[in-house]
Amino acid sequence: MAWFRRSKVNIVSEGPKRDIPDGQWTKCEGCGEIIHRKQLEQSYYTCQKCRYHFRIGSKEYFNLLLDPKSFKETDAKMRSVDPLNFVDTKRYADRLKDSMRKSGLNEAVRTGTAKINGIPIVIACMDFSFIGGSMGSVVGEKVARAIDRALKKKTPLVIISSTGGARMMEAAFSLMQMAKTSAKLAQLSDAGIPYVSVLTDPTTGGVTASYAMLGDVNIAEPGALIGFAGPRVIRQTIGRDLPKGFQRAEFLQEKGFVDVVVHRKELRETITKLLRMFQE
Amino acid sequence: MAKLVLDFEKPVIELEQKILEMRKYADNLDIADEITKLEERVNQLRESIFSGLTRWQRVQLARHPDRPYTLDYINLMTEDFVELHGDRYHGDDRAIVGGFGRLEGRTVMIVGQQKGRDTKSNLYRNFGMPNPEGYRKALRLMRLAAKFKKPVITLLDTPGAYPGIEAEERGQAEAIARNLFEMSHLPVPIVVVIIGEGASGGALGIGVGDRILMFENAWYSVIAPESCSSILWRSWDFKEQAAEALKLSAPDLLQQGIIDRIVSEPPGGAHRNHEAAAMTLKNTLLEELKELGKIKPEKLVEKRVEKFCRMGAWKE
Repeated sequence: MAWFRRSKVNIVSEGPKRDIPDGQWTKCEGCGEIIHRKQLEQSYYTCQKCRYHFRIGSKEYFNLLLDPKSFKETDAKMRSVDPLNFVDTKRYADRLKDSMRKSGLNEAVRTGTAKINGIPIVIACMDFSFIGGSMGSVVGEKVARAIDRALKKKTPLVIISSTGGARMMEAAFSLMQMAKTSAKLAQLSDAGIPYVSVLTDPTTGGVTASYAMLGDVNIAEPGALIGFAGPRVIRQTIGRDLPKGFQRAEFLQEKGFVDVVVHRKELRETITKLLRMFQE
Repeated sequence: MAKLVLDFEKPVIELEQKILEMRKYADNLDIADEITKLEERVNQLRESIFSGLTRWQRVQLARHPDRPYTLDYINLMTEDFVELHGDRYHGDDRAIVGGFGRLEGRTVMIVGQQKGRDTKSNLYRNFGMPNPEGYRKALRLMRLAAKFKKPVITLLDTPGAYPGIEAEERGQAEAIARNLFEMSHLPVPIVVVIIGEGASGGALGIGVGDRILMFENAWYSVIAPESCSSILWRSWDFKEQAAEALKLSAPDLLQQGIIDRIVSEPPGGAHRNHEAAAMTLKNTLLEELKELGKIKPEKLVEKRVEKFCRMGAWKE
């Protein structure tokens, strides 16, 4: 028998870490600064002190980048099926349902037509909150159709990536989406239509090894993790620690795989400038 | 060197050895009938084991160290092969080999991932795990083939693209992406053959083509079963279940519409008879190239893109 009995509930964990906090105040993961939600929104979900870029979703990107009310979503109803009846510790079909409920999204990418500073574009933006932004058949197909639309309308294409890579639960189908999207981009390129790829934190695996790296211009957000293999896998393989800044946006710019690292507040203007110059 | 015998192969191989031993005495003893009977039995046994292989057993066969590799097929199938090295930017990746050769008199470009058979050769070949310069070499050679209007054959056999610091520094992702992009509109026929392991983007990096063939006991998927187990089950122990869940065997992929044709292997698997496996592949390739040769380049590219666009499953 214990001497004391705990009368109150223990300190409870606040559940899984959220990308965008619901509370009024949030702590910067970069420097620990406490930031008010309003201030965070006004600063493009970045920390004004340390430039840390909070992870945001398609809804926020569309608000930040596109002309008000210009976004018309396409293929919004396309859903994943479970072609292989995939079961690991959980059924893939259940995972999909849970993810839809939790994220309020139908899939890990949203596509549509829109305007950016008056320039008509086709845009696709991935949501990391949906099964880690993984690419299965639906992501591949929606991106492929977005490219088709850009081809047909002869308007530039912008894709914002945020992903852990191909979706394991669709196995070879997921893998083939890499070939599908890259083949479509080759058609777009042959037609002389510009494609701007925006790489955000994180962009790894099969998406990096297909459409994310194939932009006429590759733009990355500061500090974004970008690579083919994830850092954990590399550490395991080589058996030593990775250098500081390895696989970060600035590192990729230095190595020549990202054209320019752009602060989120300048993203809209940078894309606009480029597209205007391409069009003239 | 002791040969690797897989668990499920054991009964067959033991019986075969017994027959071999009996043959030594066959001249002196009248045991010819018995040998014939045993041979029948071994055939039946092999048939029953190999017709019911699990997906994990096929993965093991695909990784068998005696299995024919890219250079074995090249040596057995082609004449006048000249290996061409280097990507012209950084260096020569020994995990991918390629060059021009003749297939029944007809010039082809063959590019494939190359594994080693023992520790020394595996270190030399980096266990068949290419670096970016390997993919860039492959692309250079494929463009060379297009320049001279020669068809391309790619042989896929890799446990994955190499996950190393330098590989990332030199743009592993970009190298693979660029190959997918360029291969999709290369104006010459491309026949892809998965000969052993087809692991993820590392395999697909030389895997876009007009016809996708796959050996009976090869595997092809988005991830290796062990890695899949470690990520989804958070343990390395569920590789068999992962292999089943991934549906990564040749019959699976044919059904999924990802490959076009299964190349049959000699009894007991390709590692039991390299010559037979190479002959089957050679004849299959000649058939495929003959058909593809009839299609105009523009049409070929158009159909190739359409083919990959059909892949996947979704509802609206």
